[in-house]
Formats: sequence, structure tokens, C-alpha cells
Amino acid sequence: MNWAVITPLIIFLVVIFFIGFWASKYVNTSSNFLQEYFLGSRELGGFVLAMTMTATYGSAGSFIGGPGIAYTEGLGWVLLAMSQVATGYFVLMILGKKFAIMSRKYNSITMVDFLKERYKSKWVVIISAVSIIIFLFSAMAAQWVGGARLLESLTGLNYTTALFIFAVSVLVYVVIGGFRAVAVTDAVQGVVMVIGTLVLLIATVIAGGGISNIMADLTAENPNFITPFGADASLTPAYVSSFWILVGVGVVALPQIAVRAMSYKNSKSLHRAIIIGTVVVGFIMLGMHLIGVFARPILPGIEVGDKVMPLIALEVLPAWLAGIVLSAPLAAIMSTVDSLLILVSSTIIKDVYLNYIEPKASSDKIKKLSVSITAVLGSIVFLMALNPPDLLIWLNLFAFGGLEAAFIWPIVMGLYWDKANKYGALTSMVLGISTYILFDTYYPQPLGMHSVVLPIVISFFAFVIVSIMTHKKLMNNSTDQVQRSVKA
Amino acid sequence: MKRDSKKVDPRYKIANREALIGLGLVIVNFIWWFSFAYGMGSKPVDEYSYIFGFPAWFFYSCIVGTVIMTILVIVVVKFWFVEVDLGDEEGDKE
Repeated sequence: MNWAVITPLIIFLVVIFFIGFWASKYVNTSSNFLQEYFLGSRELGGFVLAMTMTATYGSAGSFIGGPGIAYTEGLGWVLLAMSQVATGYFVLMILGKKFAIMSRKYNSITMVDFLKERYKSKWVVIISAVSIIIFLFSAMAAQWVGGARLLESLTGLNYTTALFIFAVSVLVYVVIGGFRAVAVTDAVQGVVMVIGTLVLLIATVIAGGGISNIMADLTAENPNFITPFGADASLTPAYVSSFWILVGVGVVALPQIAVRAMSYKNSKSLHRAIIIGTVVVGFIMLGMHLIGVFARPILPGIEVGDKVMPLIALEVLPAWLAGIVLSAPLAAIMSTVDSLLILVSSTIIKDVYLNYIEPKASSDKIKKLSVSITAVLGSIVFLMALNPPDLLIWLNLFAFGGLEAAFIWPIVMGLYWDKANKYGALTSMVLGISTYILFDTYYPQPLGMHSVVLPIVISFFAFVIVSIMTHKKLMNNSTDQVQRSVKA
Repeated sequence: MKRDSKKVDPRYKIANREALIGLGLVIVNFIWWFSFAYGMGSKPVDEYSYIFGFPAWFFYSCIVGTVIMTILVIVVVKFWFVEVDLGDEEGDKE
């Protein structure tokens, strides 16, 4: 084992543990357990908010998968990745103050809570909760596999041991510290990601003999590497542009991202987070994907894209520095997994259990249950990740797109359109998810675009048409609904 | 809060305007990104010009584009975004 590489990783894990213990003090003393455990008592400052947004969003994809594809495709893939810069400001500007104000009025702790109060519909709650649990659980398991593989390749441990270490590290701080631990560790992980990107980018450029030199080498191998069209000129403008929907604006609808937009302290935190978030996302996305492209002339002939990042770090950096830099992808994976874990747990406790199973549970019971559900969930994911079932892998493919197609209009229209109602929301959720899975399975890339685009368009029109059609009906009903709610 | 639906929370006007600004920024961002990438990048590779070693299309679309968006975001937030109290004074009366 290479101790020079491993020592920084161990130090990193120890720091993360300490944050978990620190945050658990808040959990134990807070007067409102649910608010604290699942939302950090809405106390996030601007820096932590920006970092937790970026870190939650920047997963194995941006640090391992993305640079790997950039290595095979060239600058065209960096261009595609830059569509993600928009998330840095767009999410917080669109959800922004309206979401924060409304969720405080409704006293919502989860995104489903918000939808519940906004649409007053049991079915909206059930469909949302079920799709969150199914999709994010699969996404989480897939990320665990990624985390364990990375740890395996860095340390030389076998897969099961690596997975075990990874699982225990994440579980401990999430279970005891809740959302606050997740957010603050995300901030540390975000900083590690930024530093890792910077160090590796500089070292790679130097190793490649400067940017002009690298570009010349790339052109000599295949001129397509430096065009916007990819190695075999197959990246069309329509396809690349459609990623603005999938990884750009659509991110608004991911529950693990949206919930952060109700967790910040005040307007000032929001403003600061928008600026920091834009800078950090822009830098990490540009830097990491460029590293993938630049790695090609330095280390030609890597067959497995996922190995590009670890191999280039070990090639161009001294071992101890490579250890620090390689905590960045580990940080990226951990910070995504921890957010998904706490979110799925909050969906089960707050949206399912407290809504439908035992609404009057005592606060002591809620506390015990939240902590144990989080721990049990983590253990199930661990078992699944040991030998991931095909169904889970399949579901994971649809996780992000499916949630975007399901939630984008119920959230955005719920915030900004008075006439948005439960019938519109239900139709658009069901149509969004089902058309997305159908398109992706039977007709991928309709009109040359990513298969998430059309379902989002379809669910938009479905939402608007159904809401308008049922507007009158709902108005007539609303009088007796009010009477009922007064009685209740 | 359902009963006061006629009296719109004044903070919502600010929030709506800021959401529209966000939408505007994303459109500007997309147009910039798209026009430089495919406007300059569609030429044959032999005719590419280079800035700091990068092909010009990439330099303008991805690097300058990101810097410009950052500056725009800073300007917009500093000068147009309004600080409001997010708390819920009205909701308490429910």
C-alpha cells in the first residue's frame, strides 16, 4: 500500500468525523428536532450554502466519469460540461426567495412538504415520496459503488473492505449529525474539490509542456479533439445544447438540491451563495474536464475512462500531493451520498411516516426513529452495493432525469403560477416520469436531443392544460373544502 | 394564508422579479456559449486561431463566457437583488 497517498485520505476522513460529532451537539440540544435533523434549523450561511449546493451536485460524474469522457471526446465534452455553470446561479435565483418564504409560511421541512401544502393532495404526496425513494435510493447505491471502487483503486484494499470503510465513514457523521453535518462536511469537501482541481490542473498543464503544446499534440492525434463536435464528430449542437436542460436548468427540480434552497438563514446568505456558487461550479467544471482532455497526450491509451483521473494524478504529482488531490473525487462522492441519504430518510420519516402512519408520534419517538431509519437505510444501501442488482442499475439511469421530469413543473409552477393545481401537478408528474422512461427505452435522442427534453416539454403543456381545465371545478369545490378543514 | 390570497405578500413581487432575472441570465449565457462555440468552432481545424493556446471558439465560449457570467451575476446580485426578511410574520396570525 502506498502510505503517502493514503495518509491524506485518512486525515480527510478524520476531519469529516469531527464535524459529525460537532453537529450532533446541535441535534441533541435543538428544541425542534425535525427542523434541525433534516434542515439544520434553516441556519446555513452563504458560503456553506454555495458549497453544499455545488458538492451535492458535483458527484462521481464530475470528478471521475466526466473527465474520462473528456479524455475520449476532447474539447467538445468540456463544452457540454460547461452547460452546468448555469446551475450555480439559476437554481438559487429561480427557487430563491419565493421558495424560502413560502416554505417558512408552510413550515415545510422537505420538498414534498412544500408540494403537500401547495397542492393539498394526498396523491401528489404519495407519488412524490415514492419516486424520490425509488430513484434516489438507486442513485445513492450507484454512487456508493463508485466511492468504493475509487477507494479500492487508491488503497489496494479489496472491494468489500473499501465499501465497508466508505459506508462506515458516511454513515457515522450523517446518522449522528443530520443535515447540519451533511452541509458543513459538504463545505469542507467542496473546498477540497476546488483545491484538488486547481493543483491537478496546473500540474497537468506543466506535465504536458504548456497548453499550446498539448493542443498541438491533440491535433496531431485527431484534429476532432479540438473541435466542438467530439472525437468522431458525433456531438451535434442539438444534442450538446439539450444538456442545458438535463444538467443545467433542470437541476432546479432535484429534491436534494431544492431542499437546500429552503435551508439558508437570510437574504444575505442567498446573495452570497449565488456568487460563490457560480464561481465554484464554473471553476470545477472547467478545470476537471480540461484535465481529462489534457491528460490524453501525457498518458495515451487509457482504455477505461474512469481511471483517467486517478492515473493522471499519480503521474503528474508527487505521491503525498496526489493523495490530497484524490480526496477530491472521494469528497465529491461522499458529499453527494450524504445528501441523498438524509433526503431519503427525511422522505420516509416526514412525508410517509408522519403523514400516514403515525401523525401524532412523540418527539422522542421521532428522534429515535429518524436516527435509526437513517442508519438502516445506509446499511441496506451497503448490502445492495456489495452486489448491485440489475434493477437498481437500471433505475439509476433514470434517477436524475426522472426526478427532473416529475418535479420541475409542480415546483416552478407551484411557486409562480396561481392557477397551478393538484390535477395539473399530478398529470405532469405521471406523464413526465412515464414518457421519460418510454422515450429513453424505445426512442432515445428524439429530434437529436437528450431524451429528457421532450418529457419536460410534454409535462409542461399537460400541467397548464389540465390546470386550466380543472380550475373552475376546483373553485366550486373549494368552499366545502374550507368548511371541512375548519371542522378538522 | 389561503384566506389572504387577495392581499399579495409584497415580498413576492421582489422574488418574482429576481426569478425573471435568473431566467434572463440563463438565456444570455446560452446564447453566448452557443454562438461562440458553433460560430467559430465550425470552421475547418486548419483555419482555427488560438488564444493562450486554446482554440478561439473554446476560449471565448467556455472561458470568457464563464468569466462574463460571473461578472454579470455579481453585478445583478449587488445592484438589483433586494434584501428581504424571509421570516413569517403574517403566517403567525393564522
